[in-house]
Amino acid sequence: MQMKMWVRGLLLLALLCLSACHHGMDPVAFHDDGYPPKLSDWHVVEARDGVLQLNEGVVPYELNTPLFTDYAHKLRTIWMPKGVSAKYSPTDTFDFPVGTIISKTFFYPLPKDKPRNATDIARTYDTSRDFAGQGLNLAHVHLIETRLLVRRKDGWVAIPYVWNAEQTDAVLARTGDVQALTLVSDDGKREDFNYVVPDQSQCVSCHAHDWTTRAIQPIGPKARHLNRDYRYADGDENELTHLVREGYLTGAPDPADAPRNANWMDTHASLDARARAYLDINCGHCHNPKGAANTTGLTLDITTLEDRHIGICKPPTAAGQGTGDHLFDIVPGHSDDSIIPYRLSSAVPGTMMPELGRSTVHEEGVALIKAWIASLPGQCVVMH
Amino acid sequence: MRKTCTLIAIALLLAACGHQESATQNQNDVSFESKLEQQLLDAKPGSVIDIPAGHYSLKRGLSLRTNGVTIRGTGMDKTVLSFKGQVVGPEGLLVNADDFTIENLAIEDTMGDALKINQGKNITIHGVRIEWTDGPKTTNGAYGLYPVKTQNVLVEDSVVIGASDAGIYVGQSNNIVVRRNRAEQNVAGVEIENSVNADVYDNTATKNTGGILVFNMPNLSQEGHATRVFHNKVFDNNTGNFARKGAAVASVPAGSGIVVNSNDKVEIFDNDIADNQTASIIISSYFSTNYYNTSGVAADYNPYPKSIYVYGNRITGGGDSPDGLKLKTLKTAVYGLTGKFPDVIWDGYADPKDLVDGLPPSGDRICIQDVNGVLNIDGPHSYKNPSTDTKPYQCTLPKLPPVVLNPEPKV
Repeated sequence: MQMKMWVRGLLLLALLCLSACHHGMDPVAFHDDGYPPKLSDWHVVEARDGVLQLNEGVVPYELNTPLFTDYAHKLRTIWMPKGVSAKYSPTDTFDFPVGTIISKTFFYPLPKDKPRNATDIARTYDTSRDFAGQGLNLAHVHLIETRLLVRRKDGWVAIPYVWNAEQTDAVLARTGDVQALTLVSDDGKREDFNYVVPDQSQCVSCHAHDWTTRAIQPIGPKARHLNRDYRYADGDENELTHLVREGYLTGAPDPADAPRNANWMDTHASLDARARAYLDINCGHCHNPKGAANTTGLTLDITTLEDRHIGICKPPTAAGQGTGDHLFDIVPGHSDDSIIPYRLSSAVPGTMMPELGRSTVHEEGVALIKAWIASLPGQCVVMH
Repeated sequence: MRKTCTLIAIALLLAACGHQESATQNQNDVSFESKLEQQLLDAKPGSVIDIPAGHYSLKRGLSLRTNGVTIRGTGMDKTVLSFKGQVVGPEGLLVNADDFTIENLAIEDTMGDALKINQGKNITIHGVRIEWTDGPKTTNGAYGLYPVKTQNVLVEDSVVIGASDAGIYVGQSNNIVVRRNRAEQNVAGVEIENSVNADVYDNTATKNTGGILVFNMPNLSQEGHATRVFHNKVFDNNTGNFARKGAAVASVPAGSGIVVNSNDKVEIFDNDIADNQTASIIISSYFSTNYYNTSGVAADYNPYPKSIYVYGNRITGGGDSPDGLKLKTLKTAVYGLTGKFPDVIWDGYADPKDLVDGLPPSGDRICIQDVNGVLNIDGPHSYKNPSTDTKPYQCTLPKLPPVVLNPEPKV
């Protein structure tokens, strides 16, 4: 055990060195038009010397509670040109300047103690093997895709890239991709599924927070998601503070005065805060008063009051077969009679929610939402 | 990558097995799908995406986000997009754009909704066939043609078969014409919900659970009113309800011709209605759906149907075998074992705040002419005192103006 820790320490050190060098990477290239054919054309992150490296000025971040995507791990980064910065907002996505590049690399750790093959990946939340902030050791992970959100003059553009089999570069995949993968748990349990890389226009399904203007926005970089510590190469720091220090963010208050979503896995936080954070990031970008799902009268973003709009005793509007034969979105105290956990428990298109972005059931997330509904007081009294 | 290809090959094989291959079967569906997706991504205002004749298997939902695009096939039986074996959904095609036209093609067997148009103005759907090819099944997709939150919408000369919710469903929209369509074997044939100014005419609705529905649901962005349902053929809508419980249409009894639920200013005239075994016309409130509850419905939601005008319809048969134990018992109690319900059933819920001498104000009344009778089933008292008195419905209402599409669609 001690030996292992020591080896891990060395490895980490080695990675730190590598990332600090940016090992001959050209400067980040912002393309203000078109769709460069390779991820490496941007020089934001690159696979070099067995490590997925972050270029200079590319700042990694995580969210308090992230969106679930088939147990994928995610390396998120922000980069901005010199001399500009994003403007803080307490509620919305920060106002990022033209030239900003946000990247999100989806990857999986490899199953423990198993030789690498083309399709087996680990089903784990444990990020200690990732060293994501300093780069990814490609001996230990399998890269799937890197999505770029690029802030051009006319607004944000979403550009998906899919990693090649050699894991040397990712290639443009505007029409998305489907890959057959197998999740392997530490206890050996296997689950086959289709990992879906959304096409460019499906990206908009989640990223257009306002379905009338249809303008697309990053989802994660909001105060409540970023108000947390991150293990940067030079030590732990609050992400908001770090972005300010990097010159990437202006107008931010002290983190103590900024909103903060709970970490859905943090059992020290209240069940309510954890469930609401989970619904906020997984559902709120469509289920908000302006979003794609505003046709339903169901809003699940963090600001929705705990009334019928969050689903309590609310009859569904257009759930179709997604009702699972239940009458209300949430029946307080009765999660098994509620539509929301039913739809979260399905992986069938047309039944499942969210509609896109996963092909597996997030069992731990469903358990959280069920526990939360079970804890809610009240009952749905039908009137005749 | 090799695995991906294998997977696609298997999906294709599966899709091919489930289908009678037509002579024009396109052997290279993967490249077709990818090309079509690319065309949708690259579309500019004014683009016309022509899809040649063929039967194409697709496994991923399509989407379009550009204004002013036309998608055109060569005919609803010639250009077929089949989603049997769909792995990425939920829709066949999701559109979020203005000035959109789709015509002359078919979308089959989607896992979720077939064609959803979510927000947009000037929408034309012409000669489109939507079908779940295994017939009515609970596991079929919910909605066939599904414009929601749209303005200035035309749905015409189309066919929808097998939707597990509504075949043609226009929701939360304004200025709507639905004409010359055929809706068959859906739970709801045509449904206008929370919409304002809709003309539904020259349609054929048959073998659905309910033929033509005009509904208002609570908690939504707008309340619907002003729908004209006229010159339609509504017959044999007796298919057992195969919607999932909890869906709004799950409360519709099999054998319903035309149903108004909680909607206002609805005019039903000049229709041919025949052989719908529960009733030719049903007028009801949200209370009758059993979803009305003390905390889940907006306080300002009005569950009562108001200002409903029924006249000049040609009604034959029907009412002879109502769906559900409660209605069967009621029918036998009031009309005997061999008797049948009259042409119109009302659930008997009237807004108690408004009643003057037992009747709503003149503009809010339910006025019914040219029928063989009306049964008030006394829903509020669990059917205890049903009434066959037709006097409360002897009245007229001002006729609604026709819907004018502006701009007129260019088909």
